[in-house]
Amino acid sequence: MRSDPADYELVAPGNLREVVALLAEEPGTWLAIAGGTDVMVQYAAGKLPARKLVSIWNLPELRRIEVIAGEVRIGAGCTYTDLRENETVGREFPLLVNAASWTGGIANQNRGTLGGNIVNASPAADSLPALLAYEAELILVSVRGERRVPYLDFHTDYKKTKLASDELIRDICLSRRFSDYFSYTRKVGARQAQAISKVCIAALGRLDGEKVEDVRIAVGSVAPVPLRLLETERIVQGKAVEPSLLLLAKKIAVAEIRPIDDIRSTMRYRSTVVGNLVAEFLERLGANGRTT
Amino acid sequence: MTTNISSGGRAKCELSFTLNGEMRTVRVHPMERLLDVLRQELALTGAKEGCGEGECGSCSVLMDGALVNSCLVPILQAKSANIVTIEGLAAGEQLNCLQEAFLDFGGAQCGICTPGMILAASHLLQRNPQPSIDDIREGLSGNLCRCTGYVQIFEAVARAAHCRART
Repeated sequence: MRSDPADYELVAPGNLREVVALLAEEPGTWLAIAGGTDVMVQYAAGKLPARKLVSIWNLPELRRIEVIAGEVRIGAGCTYTDLRENETVGREFPLLVNAASWTGGIANQNRGTLGGNIVNASPAADSLPALLAYEAELILVSVRGERRVPYLDFHTDYKKTKLASDELIRDICLSRRFSDYFSYTRKVGARQAQAISKVCIAALGRLDGEKVEDVRIAVGSVAPVPLRLLETERIVQGKAVEPSLLLLAKKIAVAEIRPIDDIRSTMRYRSTVVGNLVAEFLERLGANGRTT
Repeated sequence: MTTNISSGGRAKCELSFTLNGEMRTVRVHPMERLLDVLRQELALTGAKEGCGEGECGSCSVLMDGALVNSCLVPILQAKSANIVTIEGLAAGEQLNCLQEAFLDFGGAQCGICTPGMILAASHLLQRNPQPSIDDIREGLSGNLCRCTGYVQIFEAVARAAHCRART
């Protein structure tokens, strides 16, 4: 049943200060809407619980990419197109740019935002494993001030986050220390365009001689939250990339995930694919990841 | 308690935007979808409703030069924007290169996807005047067609790029 627009309130204060003031006035009442690629879908289906919406689309404070010495700060209101068109992001964060190019078609990339993807908190979101791999940090703002939190444990359970009801994500901070790492990413879906992932992976690594010096491995669609495979990372650290390591890494990775059967895939398929993707990453790291 | 809210609300409000080069003012609920305002208030029925959830692209329009699905745009976000629909592409009776090419190559059959396809192609050629076949495929990947099998559409876009380059 389609929603009646007369039942909804939508305001557009036009600056961040007034938006957070509104969120603080009646915490939990207002829902922020950016490009609408998730919210408007729920609205059209008559499934949007919030009745009061505040537009954060195109707020200048949220739509900028700041490059500073050690990090790149991406405004939460930057679209996938903004990410794809930014030269620094393209050069230093290929995992994120690839994920942006896989997200929906061009029209959705022109409207969907990185902050929206985080807050919508779908475990199948393509950009989130990339943020985990790059060890992103988030700057959250409210009338109480701002705080910086690691993205690693921002998602606490299925569609649940640490964002307080009066807070907004302002920036996604990406450290530039991984720019010389070997990067690997793949999306496995029913088809290339417009398909939600069955499994996606984003991984970074560096070798020291024959041995794995440092890796980050993150996967989507295989747990209630986007997941970093910390145990797999720990196991492969310091070891030479050889067939026995690939087998071991596969086994550990499959034990770390919690996939389910759903409309897009099965638990068994997802487990097999995650194991294979982790092995493929390590194999390619072994072939390409030596620092020069 | 009230907040100083510069625009919007629950009741109908007046807002203006540029539509196909002309300033238009409508009186609408802020959460009405741009698609519905175009079709119902402004009687421009070129943009079609297919899926209504941003998957099919048949409601594509250009908003401030960017391709968007108008089914996912609350009208308040289109305030002061520059909107171009399929009705704004031809100059009177004179079709543009893309429209001519779609006719010549059989890029349209039932016609439901065609306005969105042409706007997506127009957006692509604005940014990339000499697209490869892969660029064309990517540029149109958010627009579904159930008739043509896409080949005629890709050929039409390639021809239009060629024709634009010469004019």
